[in-house]
Amino acid sequence: MKAAVIKTLAGSLREFKKPALLTLLLIVGEVFFEVLIPFFTADMVNMIKADAPLAEVSALGGRLALMAVASLLCGAAAARTCADASTGFARNLRDDMFTRVQSFSFANIDRFSSASLVTRMTTDVTNVQMAFMMVIRIAVRAPLMFVFAITMAFIMGGKLALSFVVVVPILAAGLILIARHAMPAFRSVFRKYDKLNQSIEENVRGMRVVKGFSREEHEKTKFASAADSICVDFTKAERIVAVNSPLMQLCMYFNMLFILTVGARIIVSTRGTVIDVGQISAMLNYGMQVLMSLMMLSMIYVMITISAESAKRISEVLAETPSLTSPDAAVTRVSDGSIDFEGVSFKYSESAENNALSDIDLHIPSGATVGILGGTGSGKTTLVQLIPRLYDVTEGSVKVGGTDVRCYDTDVLRNAVSMVLQKNLLFSGTISENLRWGSESATDEELQEACRLAQADDFVRAFPDGYETHIEQGGTNVSGGQKQRLCIARALLKKPKILILDDSTSAVDTRTDALIRAGFKTYIPETTKIIIAQRVASVMDADMILIMDNGRIVDRGRHEELLERCGIYREIYEQQTNGGEDHA
Amino acid sequence: MPKMPVGHRGAPAGMKGGRPKADFSALGRAIKKLFRYYPRLAPLTVVCILFSAGVSATPSLFIQNIVAVIERWYKTGDWASARPEVLRYVSLLAVLYVLALLSSTAYTQLMAVMTQGFLNKLRQETFDHMQDLPLRYFDTHQHGEIMSYYTNDIDTLRMLVSQSLPTFIQSGAIVLVVFSIMLYFSFWMTLVLIAGVVAMFYVTKVVGGGSARYFIKQQKSLAETEGVIQELMNGQKVVKVFCHEQQSIEAFRKRNDELRENSRKANAYANLLGPVMNNLGNILYVAMGLAGGIFLLTGVRNVSLSGMPFSISVLVPFLGMAKQFTGNVNTLAQQINNIVMASAGAGRIFSLMDEPPETDDGYVTLVNVKELPDGSLEETDGRTGKWAWRHPHGDGTLTYTPLRGDVRLVEVDFAYEEGKDVLHDVSVYAEPGQKVAFVGATGAGKTTITNLINRFYDIADGKIRYDGINVNKIRKSDLRRSLGIVLQETNLFTGTVLDNIRYGRLDASDEECREAARLAGADDFITRLPEGYGTMLTNNGTNLSQGQRQLIAIARAAVADPPVMILDEATSSIDTRTEAIVQRGMDKLMEGRTVFVIAHRLSTVKNADVIMVLDHGRIIERGSHEKLIAEKGTYYQLYTGAFELE
Repeated sequence: MKAAVIKTLAGSLREFKKPALLTLLLIVGEVFFEVLIPFFTADMVNMIKADAPLAEVSALGGRLALMAVASLLCGAAAARTCADASTGFARNLRDDMFTRVQSFSFANIDRFSSASLVTRMTTDVTNVQMAFMMVIRIAVRAPLMFVFAITMAFIMGGKLALSFVVVVPILAAGLILIARHAMPAFRSVFRKYDKLNQSIEENVRGMRVVKGFSREEHEKTKFASAADSICVDFTKAERIVAVNSPLMQLCMYFNMLFILTVGARIIVSTRGTVIDVGQISAMLNYGMQVLMSLMMLSMIYVMITISAESAKRISEVLAETPSLTSPDAAVTRVSDGSIDFEGVSFKYSESAENNALSDIDLHIPSGATVGILGGTGSGKTTLVQLIPRLYDVTEGSVKVGGTDVRCYDTDVLRNAVSMVLQKNLLFSGTISENLRWGSESATDEELQEACRLAQADDFVRAFPDGYETHIEQGGTNVSGGQKQRLCIARALLKKPKILILDDSTSAVDTRTDALIRAGFKTYIPETTKIIIAQRVASVMDADMILIMDNGRIVDRGRHEELLERCGIYREIYEQQTNGGEDHA
Repeated sequence: MPKMPVGHRGAPAGMKGGRPKADFSALGRAIKKLFRYYPRLAPLTVVCILFSAGVSATPSLFIQNIVAVIERWYKTGDWASARPEVLRYVSLLAVLYVLALLSSTAYTQLMAVMTQGFLNKLRQETFDHMQDLPLRYFDTHQHGEIMSYYTNDIDTLRMLVSQSLPTFIQSGAIVLVVFSIMLYFSFWMTLVLIAGVVAMFYVTKVVGGGSARYFIKQQKSLAETEGVIQELMNGQKVVKVFCHEQQSIEAFRKRNDELRENSRKANAYANLLGPVMNNLGNILYVAMGLAGGIFLLTGVRNVSLSGMPFSISVLVPFLGMAKQFTGNVNTLAQQINNIVMASAGAGRIFSLMDEPPETDDGYVTLVNVKELPDGSLEETDGRTGKWAWRHPHGDGTLTYTPLRGDVRLVEVDFAYEEGKDVLHDVSVYAEPGQKVAFVGATGAGKTTITNLINRFYDIADGKIRYDGINVNKIRKSDLRRSLGIVLQETNLFTGTVLDNIRYGRLDASDEECREAARLAGADDFITRLPEGYGTMLTNNGTNLSQGQRQLIAIARAAVADPPVMILDEATSSIDTRTEAIVQRGMDKLMEGRTVFVIAHRLSTVKNADVIMVLDHGRIIERGSHEKLIAEKGTYYQLYTGAFELE
């Protein structure tokens, strides 16, 4: 794992540094007592063997029990502090990521898909939390245990401890070798496995297509070959890891045989003066502790490697700098709703080959109504997104109320420029809660007024709960046309100087659409209105209609003018009106 | 073996939404399956595990003997006399160890092979069964839920097979063997040990119970937090446009803090188990030492299977065994969680496996034919471009009906759920080459009609005939082969553009696929893609626009070249300007075919031979565009925009 990643993540530890450090301390205590226990148990066995008085034996036993209790208390306290630190760390990570995303610009958001952000904030954080917990519990415990146990073994067993000199390097080398070989294998398996799951998802989602084309058998064959290939790789990886346990056994067995043989010899030939029977069982105990601690080390190595990917993905979000911020000394008042594009070109990313917009020069006076038409990918949405500064221009400048949008405080600008996005969303909550996104302090009358203007008031009242009707996540319990009208009402509540509708009435019937536009004309005449539409009817009566193609404004003018001179416009118009008006 | 969170899904599987429900019969079924998949390897593995367990339980016997030897000789310090005896035991032990190593190497390798093989076979069996399930299953189950069989439930079985089962056999065997050896040495000491183990069980129950309770809570708040994150991340652009960042953070923080609290408690309990069990083991060890001392000092008569007196040579191995015994009990206790989760997972997988597959009693099949000079049809093997229904009759005769694309629905009633009729008395006659359009509000039953024609669902009453044959008699795969569908929601598969078009007809040549793309008007943009027809599509073609995806779906249907096409909102995501271009392709595609069209835009259905206006499952108007306009009924109102369709 890269140091930069660790540094980024460590920044989120904050108030949980204390419990984390405390955990380390407590674990030192736990291990200390735990390692002392076999040492004194050996004495106890020897005392019993030497027919020592029961009182002495019991006293030692009592002390031993106390040590166990002390170790238990330290361990139990560590369990708490460790949970405290690791879950707190996870909370901070989620919080930091979420807060960071809130400061993202549209350009930042485009870089991360929302699904990937969700995974980063949930699964990835859980992985890191688990790894962190392992690290603060085991990363100290295992080496300490190792050192303590070996030291004690040498103090107590003398030559007997030489066994470790043989066993430890073998086990350590073996574990490292296994981990080295297994990890890349596992990583590639996991990637393949994720792909397999994706293809299952694809299959489930597209079941209508699969069955429609009678492709069940084809899908089965496809799946079988993908699954078989994973199985082969996975088996290979698992077989490498499976060597772990016999290797561990080998070391344990060697240790056992060595200690029994050499131990017996030392005891007998020295008549039990150097070591005694008690020490033999203690030595076997220490042997287990030493080997187990190595095993645990290899486990955290694996754990850290697995979570490294997650850690990297988290740090990517935390390290992403918002590409768009309010300037210092920002302008905090938008004087009017006039818009100017001066020599504007735009690309979505620096590496993009083609401009999404080229050479846009445009003046829209305050209070005008502008319609924009054009095919998919012609740059309509891109053009309007520059007005509330959702993206920054690549070249030229965009001015609102005569001031460059980059000079405004972004909140002030976006409150003055209200935009109904093409991909629109309502959130789970009541209708009035959703509407109040536009203005938190809006009164009920204001909500109704906005809804009347958006032609939503009637159907909202028709719901049994009226404005308190609960909207499901994604607004699935209202129809497309209703959703669009609520979104327009929500945008109107901002009382904006500029209102942008990005294909926002596509599911609304033509009559209602006309009513909405008529309402705008009558009730919000000073607001500049920009309407992107598929239907000519929606823009026909605008003060100016822009025809866009391939990132350029290819023509502009009133309906009649365009009908006369603009081929594209005429084509769309005729197609839609030929033999009757088109309907949404 | 270290636990590997498979597929990076960190959250403990099987815990979602209070799901853990132990169903041990499912567990038994899973284990039976394992033995059925591996009738030789599985028993062999069990033998190896038992052998290695037996061996690892026995050293205490040798230690006892060696310590006895030491006891006998250490007072004289005569190593020379002790040596042969010690060496004899040690070498015997060494031989046993070698055998144990061999068997444990064998079984761990076997387990690795079997675990993955088992999961692979199970996964394929599940997937194969899933392919055979009726569409109803997919319409009534959430996709996330189905996915979780593969991402969560099968993984719980991985832990079961690779860890829990061997551990259970091994630790169980060790516990039994050690227990007998202990009885062989001394009843009294065994009794002390049992008392300790009972205490350990109690602690496991209390601590483990608390941990399980909070883990379930944690999973619930994790799901809630995920829900909030998902909604707000999806709507992030709306949040920005409304400067709603601060409010979002607050809404999120509430859930996040709750999640943290539950997670903290769950982990605090879980972390507690280790040190508590460990130290209880230590205390028990000391207690046994003391008890042993008391027995030795007071000279209580030993009761044992061996009848041997109590001595230091019994006490030393006994202490070792106590460690081994509690260690293995501990290991067993830790597997309980895995086993409970695996039974829940197995239960869910078997619930999928037990779903009845789509039945198909059809016996009329679609075959290639050539026309003989006398006008009769003869079946051929090769592709002739001419198709016929091969219809065996009850009296043993065989007739061939040419495939024409004549589809008739006669007085059809249908309900997805008993009692909630979706279609009433629907009759539709589509002659070969006719274009039939369905118009109506969402939920009026347009898509349902098409679901019935290709038998995604079976009708409750009435008849559907294809070229005069009741569709129930036609083999489903052949019926569907004769019907092309293009749906509003396009689903493309991972693979190249060419692969995706060829999905319509697997034996289509590259040129035929290109031809189909040209017909659909998709060739233009495909050739402009960086790799043209070889461009890889992933994630349902995210790199394409919705309109482009639909064009590929149209090409896919075109390459299948069926006599009947169903276009369910096929052009809804194509803007009107592009649609004008596609329309030419669509017109060509529809030429000479029977076509059922469902469209949102009335301009696309205008030139249909007959338009059916549906309302709440009934056909309320039918006729040509001109006729319906002249009638000035619902269609007229829809067309003039007086009604909103959704």
